[in-house]
Amino acid sequence: MHRVLQDFADPFYFRQVLPDIWSGFLINVHMMVIAEALVLVLALVLAIVRGLPGRGAKPFRGLAIVYTDFFRGTPLTIVAYAFILGVPGLRYAGISNYSNEVYGIMALTVVYTAYVTEVYRAGIESVHGSQRMAARSLGLSYGQAMRYVVLPQAIRRVVPPLLNDFIGLQKDTAIIGAIGVTEAAAQGQNFASSYFNFTGFLVGAVFFIYLTIPLARFTDHLIKQRELRERAAMV
Amino acid sequence: MNANGHFVALEGVTKRFGDLEVLRRVNLTVEEHNVVCLIGASGSGKSTLLRCINLLEKVDEGRIVVDGEEITNGQVDVNALRRKIGIVFQAYNLFPHMTVLQNVSLAPRKVRGLDRETSREVAMELLRRIGLEDKANEFPDRLSGGQQQRVAIARALAMNPRLLLLDEITSALDPQLVSEVLNLVRSLTEVGMTMIIATHEMTFAREVSDRVCFLDGGVIYEQGPPEQIFSNPSEPRTREFLARIIEAGRL
Ligand SMILES: Nc1ncnc2c1ncn2[C@@H]1O[C@H](COP(=O)(O)OP(=O)(O)O)[C@@H](O)[C@H]1O
Ligand SMILES: [Mg+2]
Repeated sequence: MHRVLQDFADPFYFRQVLPDIWSGFLINVHMMVIAEALVLVLALVLAIVRGLPGRGAKPFRGLAIVYTDFFRGTPLTIVAYAFILGVPGLRYAGISNYSNEVYGIMALTVVYTAYVTEVYRAGIESVHGSQRMAARSLGLSYGQAMRYVVLPQAIRRVVPPLLNDFIGLQKDTAIIGAIGVTEAAAQGQNFASSYFNFTGFLVGAVFFIYLTIPLARFTDHLIKQRELRERAAMV
Repeated sequence: MNANGHFVALEGVTKRFGDLEVLRRVNLTVEEHNVVCLIGASGSGKSTLLRCINLLEKVDEGRIVVDGEEITNGQVDVNALRRKIGIVFQAYNLFPHMTVLQNVSLAPRKVRGLDRETSREVAMELLRRIGLEDKANEFPDRLSGGQQQRVAIARALAMNPRLLLLDEITSALDPQLVSEVLNLVRSLTEVGMTMIIATHEMTFAREVSDRVCFLDGGVIYEQGPPEQIFSNPSEPRTREFLARIIEAGRL
């Protein structure tokens, strides 16, 4: 037990490692915030495309399905390596000379957009068809019915599962360390190999937990609130 | 066959869901400022008939003319047509994420293109008319069923429709809430609103209709003035249906 404590939570190393882990963790937060903002928008676009009616939209629906199937099934590590090794090799002036952090954000965005598209889609489908019908019968176009009637209800319903996915995204920013971004986990790794001590990992873990717990509690709170509201509407 | 002079004319309208023929060669005309009631058992095709008139359903055969324009030729601007035709559903279908005022002012704003202030005034005026101005800023789930249905009617009226379709608008209501909704509809007949009303409220139908149509299995079996249909129906099926209704205490 003493050994374990010494290896993972040594007070001496703690002070030494704290600044590095902290600066690494700021990179995690940075990647997370940008990726989440992009995912929110891109996934919404994909979910809308996936639900477009009519024969003309069929190829677009198909592309959206292929996209979500492909990236939900591919491990983030592989996507991240593909970006960092593949994209610079394209020698395409626009996107081939970014930092590893940018490629990491791209990988996170691409993968989580696939997950969150499904979340949005479930929300859109959960809005009863009679709502869309009522909107259309007032003369609103398909797009207007979507924008003013369906999406506001759908998005409200998917906030909890969406936050759950974002908790996953936050943690997965650590995977980006493997492709050479010195975020918190990579800093812990560096520290461990120089000092043969793992205190850095513990510090990193605590940072992540501090970030995740409020989000998890907030999600619980939203779920409970909705249950109460639905029960109130029933009586 | 032509639709001359009729405000609404259905000619040989047939509608199928798969193999099921839900409407069979329906002919029906409605004059401006008239009220036509559709009666008939559940499943006889009343809702489908109404939904075909504002193109929520596509007819398979026959044609429908509204206000001199054929709407079933696939070339009509659906959204423009629906601006002229309001529909109110059994389940109200108010938008739960919007206040009463927002429910009523949405279409004037987004479809009629009125500015925020004007659409608000239009909506408030209607809420005053239905006696619910004090509920303007409530959400629909805070209202009784009767109040919600009155708001749904106001929402349809906010588009200034030339024709109003009412689909069993009191069937989901507790009995004590029915009359407030029917009174509102009655007030619309007084101002000459053209309406097609599917209903199980026979006393009401008898009172407000210019003509009553009895549907059975997607066919209009009999139509005529209310006195004739209710007092002296010529078809045995109409008599059977009315006898069942009387038994249920609804006439
Ligand atoms: N979308 C649909 N798909 C398949 N069948 C339908 C659909 N809508 C209605 N029907 C069928 O059409 C028939 C007429 O229904 P409806 O018009 O709702 O009758 P009513 O309003 O008189 O009760 C019923 O048999 C019903 O089951
Ligand atoms: Mg019906």
